Amino acid sequence: MDRRDFLKNCCLLVTSAAVAGRLPADAWAKTIYKDYNPAKHLYGMGIDISKCIGCGRCMQGCKTENNVPADPYYFRTWVERYVIKTDKSVTVKTISTTVDDPAEVFVEKDILRSFFVPKLCNQCDHPPCVQVCPVGATYKTVDGVTLMDEKRCIGCRYCIQACPYGVRYLHPVTRVADKCTFCYHRLVRGLLPVCVEVCPKQARLFGDMKSFASPLGRFTRMNKIHVLKPSLNTDPKVYYANLDGEVN
Amino acid sequence: MEAAHGFMELSQQVIGFIYPNEIEIHWSILIVVYPYITGLVAGAFILASLVKVFNVKELQPTYRLALLTALAFLLIAPLPLQLHLGRPERSYEMFMTPNPASAMAMFGFVYLWYLMLVLLLEIWFEYRRDMIVWSKESTGVRKWALKILSLFSTDVSEKAVAFDKKTVKVITIIGIPSAFLLHGYVGFIFGSIKANPWWSSVMMPVVFLFSAIVSGIAIVMLLYMIIIPMRGGKIDMKCLDRVASFLFYAVIVDFSIEALDFIHRLYESEESIKILSQLVSTKLFMSLVILQILLGMLLPLAVMVAIKIFKLQDDLRKLLYFVCALLIQLGIFSTRWNVVIGGQLFSKSFRGLTTYKMELMGIEGLLVALVLLIAPFVILAVLIKLLPPWKKEELAGS
Repeated sequence: MDRRDFLKNCCLLVTSAAVAGRLPADAWAKTIYKDYNPAKHLYGMGIDISKCIGCGRCMQGCKTENNVPADPYYFRTWVERYVIKTDKSVTVKTISTTVDDPAEVFVEKDILRSFFVPKLCNQCDHPPCVQVCPVGATYKTVDGVTLMDEKRCIGCRYCIQACPYGVRYLHPVTRVADKCTFCYHRLVRGLLPVCVEVCPKQARLFGDMKSFASPLGRFTRMNKIHVLKPSLNTDPKVYYANLDGEVN
Repeated sequence: MEAAHGFMELSQQVIGFIYPNEIEIHWSILIVVYPYITGLVAGAFILASLVKVFNVKELQPTYRLALLTALAFLLIAPLPLQLHLGRPERSYEMFMTPNPASAMAMFGFVYLWYLMLVLLLEIWFEYRRDMIVWSKESTGVRKWALKILSLFSTDVSEKAVAFDKKTVKVITIIGIPSAFLLHGYVGFIFGSIKANPWWSSVMMPVVFLFSAIVSGIAIVMLLYMIIIPMRGGKIDMKCLDRVASFLFYAVIVDFSIEALDFIHRLYESEESIKILSQLVSTKLFMSLVILQILLGMLLPLAVMVAIKIFKLQDDLRKLLYFVCALLIQLGIFSTRWNVVIGGQLFSKSFRGLTTYKMELMGIEGLLVALVLLIAPFVILAVLIKLLPPWKKEELAGS
């Protein structure tokens, strides 16, 4: 860059900053989202444990939609199978979506309870990952979704350490942290997250907590609700119905 | 694909259940090296400050050595962090857009404060007069190097030297809380992670601090015992005994705090206690119970008690001090290992354990870690050559 370019860029920067300062608060949002106004939404997900059949379509759908590496060590969402036996021992396994890793078979009379638990980013209201990110690459949007700026992330992985739910991973190609975004690119177009859309049993529900009539509003009225690791005060926005006490 | 293949192997060694993304240990051997190195810096500085602020005269022979040691290690301290980043070319973002809520974001500022305003300034004022004198006596590159390092100052009047001394004292007084900050802060990075019960403890910065003091004193003691004979000098036993007794008290305090933390966890017996007990009794048994506690702490303590009780001969005492200081280094390195690696070996589901398979050649592998651990000694050798910590008469007379 020569001196002329440098001065030109400086002028541009100063003018744009001055213009930006004078724009109304939601004008920024308008330029990015067009008609979508994030201030009017607050998203959450409802998961009914009793409905999940562990088919893994959500896992596959998510991987395809969000370019998550196919290897079974990188997930934005996954499903755990819990088997609690009569002797109170608990066996947990992440379900596999491939045939070469068949699930363990139990003798039926030994099983006390058995169920599937879909997991994903809890989109905490007090996200520890956002708190610890040294460069502010991960942030909470106005509509309640925690997102990643993959162009700013330095790959220090402090957020991965700070997440109590293990939902973050280091993307092997981009070398930055990655996680579930509630399919934010779909939300702003008025679509549902992929995992919700492909679930054949409607075990996952999505909605706007600011709307009384949304499926999520109804879900939280009709069910006893629990969240994961409430003692950590992260205030998750993924709400579970019929969640077993063994799940963490 | 290679990574995936490695994970496949690792997944065979997982005990119980871990979240699927947890198979990869994210903070590797380099992040073990980082707190170990900053600990040495803080500890060496605290030892140096004993001379200037607390007027412990016997320690004078170690004063300059301690300062140079701290500088040599501090210069390497950011490297392991930089090398471990997924996108090292973006590390400047920490200075451009630091997140004030993040403990890690403060690293650059704490580091620069300590390097620029404490260590470099103190060393400069401490050596200013000598640099001027030496540059007059030397020729060629050394002459110019010293001239540049002294920033071309020429004033060696009594008044100027008295000012130097006073300034060094003031900087040391600021330096002590800064050294506490530097390493206490590293402890806070771990201690403030509520998701991880192995780390999340208010004691963590305190444990880090005292283990830093222990390792810093021990490394200066080791270096003193190695370098003095190499330069044809005689080890000052009064000084060595005094360093050893400070080391002894520091180890006792460190041990007590760690024991308190351990007992507290055991007594409170929270949700995580089962998996943590399993962790300690299996994956960390060697590095925690054997290396850190038995060999790195209790054995040196016992030896130092024996030295205090039985009046041993100088040579035997030297040998035992040397062995103690070595064992303590081993112990403190294990402490860092147990915190950093140990904290990632259990699942946050509290239902399983994973394994850390260290690379040998990779950027986050053993070789790089060794290079980073050896580099400070090379820097120290250069520093000692340029800025000798002892004058000739000191070497001979002591």
